[in-house]
Amino acid sequence: MNLTLKVWRQKNASDKGAFVTYNAKNVSEDMSFLEMLDVLNEELVEKGDQPIAFDHDCREGICGMCSMYINGRAHGPQNGTTTCQLHMRKFKDGETITIEPWRAAAFPVIKDLVVDRSSFDRIIAAGGFISVNTGNAQDANSLPIAKKDADDAFAAAACIGCGACVASCKNSSAMLFVSAKVSQLALLPQGRPEAATRVLNMVKQMDEEGFGNCTNTGSCEAECPKEISLENIARMNREFLFASLAGA
Amino acid sequence: MALTGLFLITFLVEHLYTNLLIFAGDGGLAFNEASHSMVHSIFIRVVEIVLFAAIILHVFQALSLTRENAKARPVKYAVSGVNQTSDWFSRNMGLTGSLILFFIVVHLNNYFVPYRITGTVGDGQEYSIAQCVVLALRHPGYAGLYLVSVIVLGFHLNHGFQSAFQSIGFNNKTYMPLLKLAGTGLAILFTVGFGAFPVLIFLFKFCQDILPLN
Ligand code: HEM
Ligand code: SF4
Ligand code: FES
Repeated sequence: MNLTLKVWRQKNASDKGAFVTYNAKNVSEDMSFLEMLDVLNEELVEKGDQPIAFDHDCREGICGMCSMYINGRAHGPQNGTTTCQLHMRKFKDGETITIEPWRAAAFPVIKDLVVDRSSFDRIIAAGGFISVNTGNAQDANSLPIAKKDADDAFAAAACIGCGACVASCKNSSAMLFVSAKVSQLALLPQGRPEAATRVLNMVKQMDEEGFGNCTNTGSCEAECPKEISLENIARMNREFLFASLAGA
Repeated sequence: MALTGLFLITFLVEHLYTNLLIFAGDGGLAFNEASHSMVHSIFIRVVEIVLFAAIILHVFQALSLTRENAKARPVKYAVSGVNQTSDWFSRNMGLTGSLILFFIVVHLNNYFVPYRITGTVGDGQEYSIAQCVVLALRHPGYAGLYLVSVIVLGFHLNHGFQSAFQSIGFNNKTYMPLLKLAGTGLAILFTVGFGAFPVLIFLFKFCQDILPLN
């Protein structure tokens, strides 16, 4: 298949940037979206041009690096999928595909399609952990955990920190990400002792990073490659409310 | 936002009920009496202050929310598929809210100001409050604005009701779909209920018992 690609090119953080149009010829529909870009980049390098910079690492949907806004959708048109897991067969021959970086004040563009997501790291550092003594791991069965809690915590822990929720939210809100991180710990007994300070600190850091406010539009849940549920946001709101009332 | 919004909804329930008294067919007696007793109830006077405070707080929060959110994405997308992942109602709360605010101002100016502040309507004046209501709604411009506003209110609540529960942390797989349905139901109820006033009074010439058409 042959495609027209409109790709955002930006030399560095201070460059204004612009779209550049490329023709991708003889693209196999069995390629992943990233492989399609790899082939294009080889051509660019052969011509002596700068290849298109984009983030990627695992290429199996678990690292969360492959951020790209494809035809107006985070990670492209297929729900529950990262860009590396998206196949070219999801596109039509002759189609024009617009590729942009995540757009958010808290995710500044570094180069082309690569954005700086260290704001997420700082949110995690503000409270996304539990404090435990080192030594032998406890016996797994010594802490009974209700099946539903274990399942919900596990589902929340599936978040890969990709930032698609922020990218797709009309308000650039990071609530789905932060709530997944708050939930995975708040649901388990090991996370309870620090639950109140955790939620307050993580939300404070989130606001300081310049993410927008959640207005419950639901785009994040629809675009999340790990299908993290809005219920986590409600849980975080609840945790936040109780923690604030308790004056933790 | 959520608490003020939910409070405003409880007010609307009460407001709809007293308004419907205008169709009692008793020349506006029940409606006038209800208005009269509300003015003279200490409880209602207190609630009224809370209500004004709630509207101001709701609008103030809406403004700062909208301003902060606009700042959170300085560079917009060239192609945005946000309409594929969220519904129109949820994305346009600021717009529908602003239209409601505009209507509230006009609405207060029509009834609250003459009845409660200048005293040009009501006890001992040319028109009773019920007649004032009917008179205003026979005006095509006002009837039209009223109808459009209650439809927009329906849009606001179609998202707002369930959104408020999500905001206060109440969301689970069983109840959320029901709350969404309830929100849409409430939106329809308010739109049809309040919409009945301009439609019946302007289009179908209701309430001649209150103010005969000459
Ligand atoms: C009778 C009048 C009104 C009622 C019953 C009402 C009700 C609500 C409710 C229930 C919510 C959801 C709260 C949440 O999700 O936490 C809401 C949100 C909102 N309202 Fe209102 N509202 C009214 C008037 C207004 C006015 C006058 C404005 C405008 C200036 C406004 C602007 C907003 C905005 C911007 C939001 C939040 C946006 C969002 O969550 O997407 N509302 N309203
Ligand atoms: S919640 Fe979903 S979309 Fe957001 S960072 Fe985590 S995995 Fe990505
Ligand atoms: S490259 Fe790791 S999730 Fe796509």
